[in-house]
Amino acid sequence: MHVERSVLTTIGAMLVLMTALPWFVGQVSEDVFFEWPFFLEVAIGGLLSGVMYSLVALGFVLIFKASGVFNFAQGAMVLFAALSFVGLKDLGVPLWLCFILTAGIMTLVAMTIERLVLRPLVNQEPIILFMVTIGIAYVLDGLGQMIWGSEVRMLDIGLPQDPSFFFDGKILINQFDMFAALIAGALVAALVIFFQYTKTGRALRAVADDHQAAMSVGIPLQHIWVVVWTVAGLVALVAGIMWGGKLGVQFSLALIALKALPVLILGGFTSIPGAIIGGLIVGAGEKVSEVFLGPLVGGGIEDWFAYMLALVFLVFRPQGLFGEKIIERV
Amino acid sequence: MFYREAGQFKTSYQADQAIFPIRQDLYAYIAFLAVAFIGVPLLASDYFLSTLMLPFLVLALAAIGLNILTGYAGQLSLGTGGFMATGAFAAYKLSTAFPDMHLIIVFLLSGLITAGVGIFFGIPSLRIKGFYLAVATLASQFFLIWMFNKFGWFTNYSASGVISAPPRTVFGDFYITGPQAAPVTKYLFCLSFVVLLALLAKNLTRSNIGRKWMAIRDMDIAAEIIGIPMLKTKLIAFAVSSFYCGIAGAFWAFLYTGSVEPLAFDVNRSFQVLFMIIIGGLGSIMGSFLGAAFMVLLPIFLTNAPHMVGVEISVSTLSHLEAMVFGVLIIFFLIVEPHGLARLWQIFKEKMRLWPFPH
Repeated sequence: MHVERSVLTTIGAMLVLMTALPWFVGQVSEDVFFEWPFFLEVAIGGLLSGVMYSLVALGFVLIFKASGVFNFAQGAMVLFAALSFVGLKDLGVPLWLCFILTAGIMTLVAMTIERLVLRPLVNQEPIILFMVTIGIAYVLDGLGQMIWGSEVRMLDIGLPQDPSFFFDGKILINQFDMFAALIAGALVAALVIFFQYTKTGRALRAVADDHQAAMSVGIPLQHIWVVVWTVAGLVALVAGIMWGGKLGVQFSLALIALKALPVLILGGFTSIPGAIIGGLIVGAGEKVSEVFLGPLVGGGIEDWFAYMLALVFLVFRPQGLFGEKIIERV
Repeated sequence: MFYREAGQFKTSYQADQAIFPIRQDLYAYIAFLAVAFIGVPLLASDYFLSTLMLPFLVLALAAIGLNILTGYAGQLSLGTGGFMATGAFAAYKLSTAFPDMHLIIVFLLSGLITAGVGIFFGIPSLRIKGFYLAVATLASQFFLIWMFNKFGWFTNYSASGVISAPPRTVFGDFYITGPQAAPVTKYLFCLSFVVLLALLAKNLTRSNIGRKWMAIRDMDIAAEIIGIPMLKTKLIAFAVSSFYCGIAGAFWAFLYTGSVEPLAFDVNRSFQVLFMIIIGGLGSIMGSFLGAAFMVLLPIFLTNAPHMVGVEISVSTLSHLEAMVFGVLIIFFLIVEPHGLARLWQIFKEKMRLWPFPH
């Protein structure tokens, strides 16, 4: 893949800044404890939780690329998938069957959305489509919690939860996060293979490039939309299982969609690698700034750090890291 | 038959450019105001005024603010809640720091302060637009709420982080805020403010600056090329919009709830106001009112509907069902009429002009 030099410089500059600033604050301020192993531990923990953000952002990018819809319901899909999964599991269904059944449910959801919502709204303005996905989010939130109940459910999928130590016990990393990162990596690899080497994947890329050209060579758009919403549903399922295993399955899962937004604009709306790298930057930046810069202002900056980062970043690079350069003509 | 402008001749440009070019519209408007100012206070119960009319008016004001920014100037914003919170806390700080300051001045000043904050967060709009801008405005939303939660100075170091409106009068003994205030006086005060501000907004959008906003909304590069100053116009849109949202926030805290915590203005509030203008109609002052009415009435209707038909549902199921019905209705509305209730109203008026002889 060809990467512009300016992108690499920007990422490099951010990494340097993210390391130098905590170090500097650690030297200057009494409130901040700075030591390299501790910093690495925080940064790695942040990167691993960033992987989770990437998973959610990935679903956004898939749908945005293929249909130009800014899908606000991605978070609700994560919650819905996780609720269905944990609900089936509590009924005594074995794990692998749960996964297949929930995947089936997500396919059904995708087909319903395409048939009832997207098809009547073809050719509407982006903001209308955006609003309609908020409507979908409400429906999915309500439906999922009505069927499966709204209490917090624990989800144990058999991944180890213990922390493990590296470098003579100086750095502590949660094993669950590492497994989650591995699974996310596998998912991305599977997606890449699907997009590059299958016929449907090629059709998806064609649609993402140019709707009209794709239609004119005979790619059925509506079929493609179902496929892409299904894929996004599956990504949501994996994200839901991972987040659910970490935090328990609960309503707050739907809110991580909001955290995925700055990830998206950092990476660029249309880029899958962008979603991943954006997620990593936001995850690490958030944790590092909370631990090392937070004490200066009284903590809690995790809530808005990602948005501010995205805002400042956009002022200098409006298309995000990997987004297509915005060219406008009158 | 009744709604026809036959025989109404316009003899001046002024008459041609009036807000209500058709006489029946003007009469209907005056009649509507009369009902709102005289009929409603006489007939409505306190409960009706304080749980329905006040939130409706306050949210309509916020919707006008957002509609100026999003509907007229085309800058999608999700920071409405943050700006409303700014207005509420500015009004609180002003009225507690200067107890003698007149309440109207407090409200206007808190609007101005919010306008300043809005200009600051509007600066990125010069570089980015569309959904990128929407996400960037989320920064203002989360940052402002965090700030009001974090620093005790804003709440005068109240332990719970809740601010309560101090009792104030406007003239004579009529308490507008505080526990002694009667819902009727609150309602009338709020109504007069909202009517004046709505009229101002309507005229702003018909003026030079309003046409500039619409040019930017329709195509910003073309607008720039014909000589519309991008920086100034966009920032004015942010300032005016935040001014309205700030006053709406101050009203919310002072008139509607009486005491408020920052969480009342979280991101859901922003989405609520955004829904209002989408359902009501983007780029329409009338639509802001229609959308606000719809969004205030719908939850109340949904909560009470099962009782009316005699079905008993548990509270948690009901709240989920409510969310679902809400979502379905939003989807339904957008499919049926993506341009909102205001467009439906226009279509209705067009039909009425020909009724009952449509051919």
